[in-house]
Amino acid sequence: MKRLGWLIPALYIFFLMLPIYWLITMSFKTTNEILGSFTLFPQSFTLDNYITIFTDPTWYWGYFNSIIYVSLNTVISLAVALPAAYAFSRYRFLGDKHLFFWLLTNRMAPAAVFALPFFQLYSSVGLFDTHIAVALAHTLFNVPLAVWILEGFMSGVPRQLDETAYVDGYSFPRFFVKIFIPTIAAGIGVTAFFCFMFSWVELLLAKTLTAVYAKPIAAIMTRTASTSGYELGLLAAAGTLTIIPGAIVIYFVRNNLAKGFALGRV
Amino acid sequence: MAKITLSNLRHSYMPDPKNPEDWALKQLDVDWEDGGAYALLGPSGCGKTTLLNIISGLLTPSHGKVLFDGKDVTALPPDQRHIAQVFQFPVVYDTMTVYDNLAFPLRNRGVNEREVDIRVREIAEMTDLTPMLQNRASGLTADGKQKISLGRGLVRENVNAILFDEPLTVIDPHLKFLLRAKLKELHQRINNTMIYVTHDQTEALTFADQVVVMNMGEVVQIGTPIELFEKPKHTFVGHFIGSPGMNVIPCEIENGVAMIGGRKIKTANKVDKPKGKTEIGIRPEFINFAAKGIATKVVKVTDAGRFDIVQTNCEGQRVNLILAKGAGIPSENAKLAFDPANTRIYVDGWLSGEGQQI
Amino acid sequence: MNKPVNQKAWFFVLPVLVLVAFNAIIPLMTVVNYSLQETFGSNVFLWSGLMWFEELLRSSRFQDSLGRQLFFTFTILVIEIPLGVIIALAMPKKGPWVSVCLVLMALPLLIPWNVVGAMWNIFALPEIGLLGKTLNSLGFDYNYTRQTGNAWFTLIAMDVWHWTSLVVLLSYAGLVSIPDAYYQAARIDGAKSWAIFRYIQLPKMKRVLTIAILLRFMDSFNIYTEPLVLTGGGPGNSTTLLSIDLAKKALGEFDLGPAAAMSLIYFLIILLVSWVFYTLMMRNEEQ
Repeated sequence: MKRLGWLIPALYIFFLMLPIYWLITMSFKTTNEILGSFTLFPQSFTLDNYITIFTDPTWYWGYFNSIIYVSLNTVISLAVALPAAYAFSRYRFLGDKHLFFWLLTNRMAPAAVFALPFFQLYSSVGLFDTHIAVALAHTLFNVPLAVWILEGFMSGVPRQLDETAYVDGYSFPRFFVKIFIPTIAAGIGVTAFFCFMFSWVELLLAKTLTAVYAKPIAAIMTRTASTSGYELGLLAAAGTLTIIPGAIVIYFVRNNLAKGFALGRV
Repeated sequence: MAKITLSNLRHSYMPDPKNPEDWALKQLDVDWEDGGAYALLGPSGCGKTTLLNIISGLLTPSHGKVLFDGKDVTALPPDQRHIAQVFQFPVVYDTMTVYDNLAFPLRNRGVNEREVDIRVREIAEMTDLTPMLQNRASGLTADGKQKISLGRGLVRENVNAILFDEPLTVIDPHLKFLLRAKLKELHQRINNTMIYVTHDQTEALTFADQVVVMNMGEVVQIGTPIELFEKPKHTFVGHFIGSPGMNVIPCEIENGVAMIGGRKIKTANKVDKPKGKTEIGIRPEFINFAAKGIATKVVKVTDAGRFDIVQTNCEGQRVNLILAKGAGIPSENAKLAFDPANTRIYVDGWLSGEGQQI
Repeated sequence: MNKPVNQKAWFFVLPVLVLVAFNAIIPLMTVVNYSLQETFGSNVFLWSGLMWFEELLRSSRFQDSLGRQLFFTFTILVIEIPLGVIIALAMPKKGPWVSVCLVLMALPLLIPWNVVGAMWNIFALPEIGLLGKTLNSLGFDYNYTRQTGNAWFTLIAMDVWHWTSLVVLLSYAGLVSIPDAYYQAARIDGAKSWAIFRYIQLPKMKRVLTIAILLRFMDSFNIYTEPLVLTGGGPGNSTTLLSIDLAKKALGEFDLGPAAAMSLIYFLIILLVSWVFYTLMMRNEEQ
């Protein structure tokens, strides 16, 4: 029994890889092969689908748009969540517990509920179809999460650190930037990872808030699926490309991931 | 209950050890007599815990055998060795009550509930846990939790040995003393083999009949507390035990006689053909000021309560003395006299004439 | 830890407050506003009180999609939580394979949700998809676009594929934080694997499991994009979950009043369940 323990994760990973494999294989097939026959490997290997994506600006700009608003969102979320998390981890103040729960409720808000009001709100302030609009909208669920994770990490840092720094004559801002932030660097990394992840995978709000200039790659894919008939190869190629940024990010945080989960309050 | 024999034992945490430093345990042949109270003493990182885990079966040694009453148990898992072990940090099963925690080792072995109840109540009485038997274990203080750990170690009858891995680290000093006395008393009552790992000499010397001193993965000496004090087999033992430790002074050997600064020193042992570094070892308790002897300079006198510790400088070599209160301390032209019966020659750290085998 | 009381801490929280208020309170007000009014197309609004709420709660359409939603959430929780725990238990605890497992397992979590839907759509197509073709050649009559049972099977398989890893990662994090001494003590105490799981691993995982259940509950209740791309709520309405129904009403049929009322009821359900969970979790922690 013990010796066969590795089979469980192995089978699970095999199951996880199957649809991904199918997507990647299909991206190298021609439309004729996809629709005409069932093949496990591409018979007539083609890069046409990728060439289409890399030569058409509406396609590759979709990637840039996604990366721009995801990065903006990560920066904004961290910038506002850091002081708030510090307050929650270090002080008690009027209504702190209720505030914390209220923040978390925003993590629960269904995007479908907010789609239409968001469209009206961001249109009325003239931000519709900008990267910043999507980045701000995504803070709805990322800021509460960031505060939650960071608070866990900060609570793990003894308060003596703060006190020692003040005794040594540090002002608060200098202490925060020079000492505190480096101390919880791992936690910030984990938080950034989650902000990146949830902003990258979300589509409903991103699609609602954009039309042309900031349209995310994932939304461009849906357009392909509906307007130009069934271009499955192209769809698969675009899908494959959306997996890559995620894969790169996971690779970089692989060691911190489990640690972050364990230390933080995720 | 059993006699435990470690035969030709070596252990390394590396898959392919090459240098001597790669071995956590270098070479061990030790017999632990049935019913003995042993302390395993040594500095941090000397391999004490490794040795303990090998005896209990949590670790399998890279080489050598573990025998219980002559029977090879090297390949047996811990639960089949009938060993109890208490760890440095308290381990309690959070979701259970104190009672269930104590009953856990018994229930796992299918002991019937009536007997479980009797044993648990008996152990709870011994460890002062009776008032909180029905409380959740997670709510206890650190020393309460460690008492549970101790109790779980003691609750099983007919264990071959009980192993303690620095069990009192997290306990307050005044409770430490009480618990240690309790353990000693328990040992006298149930007469089990007990092995107690510590780096604290007072703890080792007060608990054990036999103290096993380890350093750098080797056993340096096994003996009663008195033997360790009076006749250390290695300068390490002399230094590690006692406060301040034994004085170790480099010397020359001429015709089998030790010489310090050209002066003959009478010693209790002889050396024939000295090879390697030769030193004189003498405890501060056995040095006195005298009219004739080795010239030295008094550097500092420390009041240590019932006696004074005198630090002197003997041609660059630090030599400590322990003197009764009121004994005269010469301010100039101080001379040291060594008690010959307690002055010994060490060659490369080992007591001369005894060889390295212990 | 005893934290000092300091009302100035509010200043630190202020940026978050402003941002979230802008994002949450204003839209929420809009929704509340709609839910209490009736509109006839051209910006004419009439006060309608709680009419939409009453109508909605009585409508079989809402009751059906709520029922489907509850069934979906219940099923995926029952599958994903135990499965995730089992996988986490079987994972290696150290060595190079840990990174390999973590990277590969986290991959589905980082794929955009509509890509997940599209991927499963392609994967499960009866004639040209790997899953669909395999099932059909094994003798099953499988077509998720036509048969309700098949559609549900595919939907649940997709969610298990997509989210079990989150449970695995959380459980794994809980497991590796257990000190070695616990396992050693259990071995000395003669505990069997079941006892180790029941009395050491499960209690130590309780916190992360609560979080996993909470997150999975919230997210599965909010699920929209993946089923929309995969089945579009079909065949018929058989896989129309709450979010999809809501979006159909609000965006498709432009029934703003009922849609807003539905949004609020929907949000309140999530809020209520999460609050119960959160309170239980906090109470446990204080013990």
